Amino acid sequence: MQIKLDSISHSYGDFEVMRDITLEIPNGKIVCIVGPSGCGKSTLLRFIGGLEQPSQGQVLQVGEPPEGCLNPLTYIFQDFALLPWRTVDGNVSLVLEDHGIKGKAAKAIIDDVLARTNLTDFAKALPKQLSGGMKQRVAIARAMAVNPAVLLMDEPLSALDSQTRELLMDDLVGLWERTPFTAVYVTHNLHEAVRLGHSIVVLSRRPGQIRDIVEIDKPLSDRQFGDADLDLHQKHLWNLMREEARAADAELINA
Amino acid sequence: MPDGNDASGPWPDKPQDKKPDAQAKPVRMRGGGFAPMPRRWVGFAVFAVLIGLAEWGTRAGWISPLTLPKPSDVLATFGELYDSGLLFKHLAPSLSRLAVGAVLGVSAGIGIGILIGLFSYIRAGLVPLVAAIFPIPKIALLPLFVIWFGIDEASKYALIAFGTFTPTVVATYGAVDNVDRTLIRMGQSFDLSWFSIVRKIVLPGAMPGILSGLRVSLAIAIILLVAAEMLGAEYGIGAYILQAGSLYDLERLFAGVVILSLLGVIVSTAISAIERHLLGWRT
Repeated sequence: MQIKLDSISHSYGDFEVMRDITLEIPNGKIVCIVGPSGCGKSTLLRFIGGLEQPSQGQVLQVGEPPEGCLNPLTYIFQDFALLPWRTVDGNVSLVLEDHGIKGKAAKAIIDDVLARTNLTDFAKALPKQLSGGMKQRVAIARAMAVNPAVLLMDEPLSALDSQTRELLMDDLVGLWERTPFTAVYVTHNLHEAVRLGHSIVVLSRRPGQIRDIVEIDKPLSDRQFGDADLDLHQKHLWNLMREEARAADAELINA
Repeated sequence: MPDGNDASGPWPDKPQDKKPDAQAKPVRMRGGGFAPMPRRWVGFAVFAVLIGLAEWGTRAGWISPLTLPKPSDVLATFGELYDSGLLFKHLAPSLSRLAVGAVLGVSAGIGIGILIGLFSYIRAGLVPLVAAIFPIPKIALLPLFVIWFGIDEASKYALIAFGTFTPTVVATYGAVDNVDRTLIRMGQSFDLSWFSIVRKIVLPGAMPGILSGLRVSLAIAIILLVAAEMLGAEYGIGAYILQAGSLYDLERLFAGVVILSLLGVIVSTAISAIERHLLGWRT
C-alpha cells in the first residue's frame, strides 16, 4: 500500500499554511519531512492519517493494506499519548479491544510487541513509572500491535534527551531491518532525518512548499552516529533550510 | 591598563587570592515547601484542642452555658440518644434519604455533565440553564417539591437530588473539557469507536475532576438533608436538630450537628479512599 499526496494546499481563513504539495510515499521506505517551524509539517502528517482535512487536494491510498492490518495508518506522537491510567499492556490492549481481539489472542500480540520493544518486564508498569524513552517504546509497541501499513511519526523523539534519542533511533532501525515498514517521519532534527530517512523532503517556510527531496542510498543499518557522508547530507540540508529557518524565526517574532 | 599582568579580572588565580574561608558561608536555602504532605494526626489534634477549650471554658465559666453547651453534656445527650435506640431511628431514614437523593442527583449530574462536555448544542442549550438553576437556594423550593412529589419521601429525595445535581454537572463538564485532547486524537487515530473513546479515554480522564466535584456535591447533600426534613419528617437527623433548635435545647442541637459533621468527615474520607484507588495513576 502506498500513499500519494495530490497537490495539497491548506489555509486557515486567509492564513495560507501549505501550497501545492505533491508527494509519493513508496512502499517499505521511510520518508522524512523536515522544515522550519510553522511550515505545516505536522499538519501535513495529520492530513495523511485523516485526522484533518486539507482545503484543497487530497491524500490517496494506492492499493489495499496487507492482510492482518488492523489500522493501516497509525501514528506515533511526540508526547507519546499513553493513557496514564492504563498499564503498559493495557495501553497496547486498548487498540486491540475495538477490533474484538481479547483474551489469549490479545495476549499473544501484546507479548510479541512488548518483546520486540524490550518491554516485557514492564508490562504491568504505569506510564508514570517509565522514563520518556520507555514511554515512546510503549507507543511504538502499541503502533506495531495493529500491524500498520504506514507509520506516521510526528516528531517521535523530540521530547527525549539526545542519548535516549540515539538509542531509540537504533531501535527503530532494528525494527525496520527486521520487517521493513513504510513510514512518514516528521522532524525538525536533521540528524534524525539523515539517520532514518530513505528520502528527505525539505519544506519551505509558510506557506509550506516542497523545496527539495534528498535521497540517501546508504542502507539504514550502515548509518552510524557521526558518519562523514551523513554529516555532508546534514550540512546540505541545513544549507537548504538555513535562510528559511531564519526567516521563519523572524516572522514569529514580528507576528 | 599598561599590560595584562594585573589579574584584576574575574578569575582570581593568584595564590594570595585564596584566603582562608573567612568569607565563606553556606548558601542560603530558598527551595522547598509548596508540597503538602500527609500529616495524619494533626486533624485530630485540632479537634481535640478546640473541644478541650470549649470544655474548659464552660466549666470555668468564661463561656456561659447559653453561648455554648458543655461538650461533655453534648456527649451525654449523644449517649442517651444511643441508649434509647432513637439514634438509629433518626439515622436510618436520614441516611436512606441522603443515599437515594445523592445517587439520583449525582448520576443525573454526571450524565448531563458528560453530554454538555461532548456536544456543542447540548452545551449551548444547557449551560445557561444550569447557571440559572445553580444559585437558587434549593431550600426555597421545598414547598414546590412537596406539591409536586407529595409530603413523603419523594419530595425529600427530589430536594437532595436537585441540590447535588447542579454542582455535579458543573464539575463534570469542566472535567470533560480538561481531558487531554491528544489522547482523544490518539483514540481516533487508532479508529476507536466513539463510544470506546468516551468510555475508555474521556470518562477516566475526567474522573479526577468528577471526584473532586463529588466532594462538594455530597457536602451540599448533607446540608440539604436538614432542609428536606423541615416538612413532614418525624424521624431524621435534620428533624431532630430542628426540633431541638425550636426548643433552644442546645445539647441536643449540638449532638445532632456533631452527627452531621461526622457524616461529612466519613463521606470525605470515603471519597479520598476512592481517589486513592481510582487515581493511583496520577503523578
